Amino acid sequence: MDIYESHSINKEEKELLLNYLGRDPSHTEIGIFSVMWSEHCSYKSSRHWLKKLHTEGIQVIQGPGENAGVVDIGDNQAIIFKMESHNHPSFIEPYQGAATGVGGIMRDVFTMGARPIALLNSIRFGELTHPKTKFLLSGVVAGIGGYGNCVGIPTIAGETGFDSSYNGNNLVNAMCVGLTTKDKIFYSKASGVGNPVVYVGAKTGRDGIHGATMASGEFDDESEKNRPTVQVGDPYAEKLLLEACLELMQKDAIISIQDMGAAGLTSSSVEMADKGKVGIELNLDYIPTRQQNLTAYEMMLSESQERMLMVLKPEKTEIAKEVFEKWDVDFAIVGKITETNNIVVLHNGMIEADIPIKFLTDNAPMYKREKIKKNKRNQKPQPLPGIKPKDAILKMLNSPNICSKKWIWEQYDRTIMANTLNDAGGDAGLVRIENTEKAIAMSCDVNPRYCHADAKKGAMQAVAECWRNIISMGAKPLAITNCLNFGNPEKPEIMNDFVETIEGIRDASIALDFPVVSGNVSLYNETNGDAIKNTPTIGGVGLVENIGVLDNFGSLNIGDSIYMIGKKGSHLSCSTLEEVYNGESSIDPPEIDLYQEKLNGNGVLELIQEKIITSCHDISDGGMIVTICEMIMMDEKGATINIVDNNKMIGELFGEDQSRYIITISPELESIFEKKMKKRGVKYELIGCITSSQLKINDSIIISSNEIRDAYESLIPSVMNNMA
Amino acid sequence: MNVTIIRFPGTNCDLDTANAVKKVLGIIPKIISCKDDKIPKSDLIIIPGGFSYGDYLRSGAIAAREPIMDDLELRGNQGVYIIGICNGFQILTERKLLPGSLLKNSSLKFISKNVELKINRNDTFFTSKYQTDEVVNIPIAHHDGNFFADQDTLNSIEDNNQVALRYLNPINGSLNNIAGLYNKNLNILGLMPHPERAVDIKTGTNDGSRIFESALNFYST
Repeated sequence: MDIYESHSINKEEKELLLNYLGRDPSHTEIGIFSVMWSEHCSYKSSRHWLKKLHTEGIQVIQGPGENAGVVDIGDNQAIIFKMESHNHPSFIEPYQGAATGVGGIMRDVFTMGARPIALLNSIRFGELTHPKTKFLLSGVVAGIGGYGNCVGIPTIAGETGFDSSYNGNNLVNAMCVGLTTKDKIFYSKASGVGNPVVYVGAKTGRDGIHGATMASGEFDDESEKNRPTVQVGDPYAEKLLLEACLELMQKDAIISIQDMGAAGLTSSSVEMADKGKVGIELNLDYIPTRQQNLTAYEMMLSESQERMLMVLKPEKTEIAKEVFEKWDVDFAIVGKITETNNIVVLHNGMIEADIPIKFLTDNAPMYKREKIKKNKRNQKPQPLPGIKPKDAILKMLNSPNICSKKWIWEQYDRTIMANTLNDAGGDAGLVRIENTEKAIAMSCDVNPRYCHADAKKGAMQAVAECWRNIISMGAKPLAITNCLNFGNPEKPEIMNDFVETIEGIRDASIALDFPVVSGNVSLYNETNGDAIKNTPTIGGVGLVENIGVLDNFGSLNIGDSIYMIGKKGSHLSCSTLEEVYNGESSIDPPEIDLYQEKLNGNGVLELIQEKIITSCHDISDGGMIVTICEMIMMDEKGATINIVDNNKMIGELFGEDQSRYIITISPELESIFEKKMKKRGVKYELIGCITSSQLKINDSIIISSNEIRDAYESLIPSVMNNMA
Repeated sequence: MNVTIIRFPGTNCDLDTANAVKKVLGIIPKIISCKDDKIPKSDLIIIPGGFSYGDYLRSGAIAAREPIMDDLELRGNQGVYIIGICNGFQILTERKLLPGSLLKNSSLKFISKNVELKINRNDTFFTSKYQTDEVVNIPIAHHDGNFFADQDTLNSIEDNNQVALRYLNPINGSLNNIAGLYNKNLNILGLMPHPERAVDIKTGTNDGSRIFESALNFYST
C-alpha cells in the first residue's frame, strides 16, 4: 500500500493532487489533502445533491454553509441550531464517541454566538437482544449525559430505535439549539490581511488523528483497532471555553470564529480562509500542546476536542487574552491572515505545507455517483396471525421501539436552566426563552422502516412527523436541520436512495414551509458490507409566541371527548405491528398527502392556540392506540374507545396512516371545534372519552392502568439492569 | 438582604440560582468568582450546583480547598447563612462544614427527575414558610447524591435534629433517605435537590421558592 492509499486517497485523486501541486507533496500536505478530501469534510458524494434542498423562507437568517443554521424568532432574537452525527466513533468507543458528539455540536452553536439552551438526540442500536447492544446503549447514554450534564445544558428530547440493521453500526445524532440576539451572530468568514489568527481552548494532543478519514470508511471485524482515533471529551474544558467565548463576543473583538471539529486545525483554518477568499499562515511553534514533540502532521490532523480558531481585531487582542486567562483557557496567537490565498504551515523554521486553498475546497473531488433504483423486494405483506387486541396492545407497548425510554432520559439533566416546560411529557421538548413569554419546541424524528421501504416517502414522512410533533406542542414550525445517515454511496442503490431522500425532504419542506438551515451527512455506515437502513434524521424547531395559551394544556379531564384528527387508520403494511408480530416489515409504507398534512396541522395549531382543546398528540409508530395509551399513562387517567366495525378493529387501532392527531376536548366546546375543522376541510372522528382509569374498548376489551404501565415501562430496565 | 453566589470553574447553576433569587425575592444577588479574595458582606451565601473543576477528583474536593473557602468557613462560624445546592452540598461536606459525604448514586447512574421530599422541621432560617412533615416536589439532577456517614455521625445528625429534608422514597442509596441537612448551628444548609429550578409552576413545580422566601421572611420580620 503506498502512502496515498494509506491516506484513503485513490488513484484518480492522487493524479489530481499531483496535477494541482505540480510537485510531490510533503507528508504534512498529504495529511491535509486526505482529511480535506475525505467524505466527511468534502461531502464529495453528496455535495451535488445537497444543493437541491429547500433552504429559504422569511424566517431564515442563515441557511446551510455556516457552523449552524439561524432562524428569526422575533424581538431581535434568533435561534441557532444544528444536528450532527457521531456514529463511527460511538460504535468503537461508545462513551467518548457520544460525549464528543455532544461537545462538537454544542461548539457549532456557540461558535456562532448563541448560548446553548437545549440538547436533543436521536440514537439507534441493533436489536435489543444483540450481545453488543447493552454495552453500546449504556455507554452512549452515559456519554451523552456525562457531557451535557456537566456543561449544564438540558437534554430535553430525543428518540431511540432498535433494528438489526444497526447491529454493526449504531447511530448517534446529537442536536443543539442555542439562543442569541440578531446583532450578535458570528460567522466564520476571515478577513483583514495581517490580522492575528488565535487559538483558544484545550491543548492539542495526538487523539483523534484521522478521525475524519475513519468516519469516511466502512467497518470490518478489525474496526476496534481504530479506538485511538476516537477523541476524548472534557466537558469541563468545554464549559470554560463556552463562557470565555460568550464573554468575548460582547466585546466587539472577533472578526471570525470557527470551532475545530473534524480535521481540527486543518479544516478550521482552511474553511475560515476559504470563506473570506484570503490566505492563512499558521506557525505551529505556538500551538499549545499536551505532549512534547508533536509533528506538524500530527498537529494539523489532531482532533483534540474543545478548541476554537478565531481571527481577532488586532487592537482587541490583549482584551481577548485577558478574558481567556480569566477563564483558565489557553490563548495563543498562532498565525495571521495573508493575501496569498494559500494555507502556509510553518514549524521549527520549516515550511511544512503551502497549498492553494481552492484545491482543498471548491476544487476538491466531487462525485456524481452512479445510482440505480433498487428492485422493490418482492415481498408481499405477510398475513398477520389472528391477533387479539388486548394481547397486541400489551405486546406493542412492551416492544423495543414503542416502550418507555425513561431508563435513558432519566440519565439526562432535563431541568437545568430552569426553563424546561414539559419534562419528558409531550411529543416535543419545550423550553422557555428566559424573560419572555416565548418558548421553543423541538423534536428529532425519522422512521427508518419507511425509509428503507421507500426512500422518498420515508424522508417526507420524517419531515412531516417532526412538523406534527412541534404542532402538538402548540408551536409554529420554523425550520429543520438534518443528519443523513446512509451506507456506502459507491453502491448505486444506496446512492439512489440518498438522492430520493433529498427529493423527499425537499418536497416536504417546501409544502410545509419548513426549510433546511443546517445539516450533516454520514456515509459508509456499513460493517462487512451490510449497510444500515437509510436514516435521514430530521431535527426541527418551532415557536410558541405566548406560553400562556399552554396553561393546563396537556391535562386530561374525566369526561373529555377524544377525537382523531384525520381519517380512521387501516394501513398495516410497514407498520410497527407487522414488525412486532412478523419480525420484519413489508414494503409499502403509508401514503402521505402533504396538502392534507398542512391542513390538519394548521387546524390543530389553531385549536391549541385558541385554547379549545385540552391536549394533543400526534399518531406515529404503533398507531392510534399507542398514542392513547401514552396520553392516559402520562396523566394517570383512563379512556373508553369505541370501534364501530369489529372487523376493522386491528387496522383502526394499529394502522399508521399519516397526518393524524389525537385531541381531547371538553364536550361543551365540540360544536365550535367541529365548525372550525369543517371550515378548514379537516376530517375528524369522535372515538371515545377520558375516564378515571383503565382502557376500555367496546365494552369487551378491558386493560387495567397497571397492565398498561407495566408493559410500557418494564422492557428496557429488565434488559439493562440485568448486567449478567 | 445581601445575597452572594460563589462561582467555581465548572459551576453551572449560578445563573439559574441568581434568576431564582431575583424572581422570588426581587433581589439581585452578587455573583463572585472563587478567585476573588473575599466574600462581600452577605446575609446569605449560596454555593450553586455544577461540576466544579469537572468533578474529576471526588465531587467538590478541589473547590473545597480553594482559598475563598477559608473566608466562607469564617463567615459560617460567625453565623452567616449559607446554602450549598447539589455540587455546593458536596463542597460543604468536603470542607467538613457539614457532616458525612456524598457517594455515587447506588445505581451508579446520573438521576434527573422530580422527587417528593419531606420537610423535617420548619423552625429554621430556611424552612419557616413550610410545614413540618410537608411533602414537596423538587427536581434532583446528580450522579453523586448518595448520603453516607458512619454510624456515630449519623446518630448525632439524627439526635441533633440536623436533617433538613428526606426523600419520601429511596432514590439514590442515601442513609435515612437524607436529601439535605444542617450544621449543628442550623445556619448552614446543604441539599441535593435544586430549589432554584422549582420557582415557577410553568416548569412543573414551584415548591422550591419557599426556601428563598423563608430566608427573606427572617430578615423582614
